[in-house]
Amino acid sequence: MDAGTTSKSLPLILARELAANLATPMFLIDAGGTLVFYNEAAELLIGRPFAELGEVEATDFGAVLQMTEPDGTPLRRRDSPAGVAFFTHKPAHRVLVATGYDGVRRTVEVTAYPLFGATDEMHGVVTVFWENG
Amino acid sequence: MQVRVWGSRGSLATPGPDTVRYGGNTSCVEVRPDDGPPIVLDAGTGMRPLGVLMETEAIDELHILLTHLHLDHLQGLGFFRPLFRSGIDVHIWGPASPVQGLADRIAIYLSPPLFPVRLTDIPANLTFHDAPEDEAVTIGSATVRAGKVAHQGPTVGYRVEEGGRSVAYLPDHEPSLGGMRIADQPADWVSGYDVARGVDVLLHDAQYGDDEYPRHIGWGHSCIEDVVAFAEKADVGNLVLFHHDPYHSDDELDALLDKAQARHSGGRERVCLAQEGMTITLDARNGVLLKP
Repeated sequence: MDAGTTSKSLPLILARELAANLATPMFLIDAGGTLVFYNEAAELLIGRPFAELGEVEATDFGAVLQMTEPDGTPLRRRDSPAGVAFFTHKPAHRVLVATGYDGVRRTVEVTAYPLFGATDEMHGVVTVFWENG
Repeated sequence: MQVRVWGSRGSLATPGPDTVRYGGNTSCVEVRPDDGPPIVLDAGTGMRPLGVLMETEAIDELHILLTHLHLDHLQGLGFFRPLFRSGIDVHIWGPASPVQGLADRIAIYLSPPLFPVRLTDIPANLTFHDAPEDEAVTIGSATVRAGKVAHQGPTVGYRVEEGGRSVAYLPDHEPSLGGMRIADQPADWVSGYDVARGVDVLLHDAQYGDDEYPRHIGWGHSCIEDVVAFAEKADVGNLVLFHHDPYHSDDELDALLDKAQARHSGGRERVCLAQEGMTITLDARNGVLLKP
């Protein structure tokens, strides 16, 4: 038994199951801002499997996936779609350049939206990436 | 704490010669803490005979804990005699909804044309509550906590604790939704884990045989392989297979039990079938006693 382990919320569990069954890169951030899961398709962007990297605290996420504007201007974490969704509780979308552990720069379209439960509490953020071209 | 099963059939009441041993009434379980008012888990058709019993008792307060509002968990409410007694305080708990309050949702069933009596005309003093997910509530000497679980629509499971003993009730639950292999998952990613973790007794959905489940993925119920894996993951003491499929005869349930017992790594004696009239005694000093 995993003594002391606390379950993730059901919306996050169901979102993870959805992500695990999709070929579209998807990331899940919990209500505390921790990256708690990304799927196999997202592993291609990150450059490392989730099983190897594990959960990533919000403060460390910049090291996992560097994000810039298309012109190369660094993007603050809170201005990324996931950051906007997390801090404002609203969906967000933008084009950006993401660079993972493999060092490859990928131009991607990113959509993020907050997950609200039945009683309006926010359980986290879902972020979906589409690679351009 | 005393637990008694009044109905363990899933989906539809199923009377008849093929279901005599395990019973045909739908989900209803009575919990009697050592002190305080009775607790009733779900309001399936098993609630009718429970109400007949409670009519003979001097009860002025009771708590009905609904896991969700599918009819097999609600249909007995209109035939539960304590509701038709004035002066009794009945607290009804159920999963929260962002759209409608619990009373409004129950009234969809308890109103014409589906039912002759309106919810607002019931003589008992009814109070409606969202299931206690964030903080446990105390009911007499028992502590009750709820947690959302994977099923069709808003659904919770309940965990009742008293004196260091605990029982969990997850009658409708599909923890392997999406093809997840429960045994391979981290515990914190398994639906219902918090509710069931380390309990002495778990009453859990076991609607399908493993060969039936592929045709019912996403319907919100468990197969034998998954319920046993879930019980092992959550390290429960005793697994009680619950929510029997209405198409399963007593003999077929016996066969499912045999498969579940063979699969459980902790020993055959840790798995049994829920049946009407079954009692479970949880005692701080003497442990757990299950009697068919």
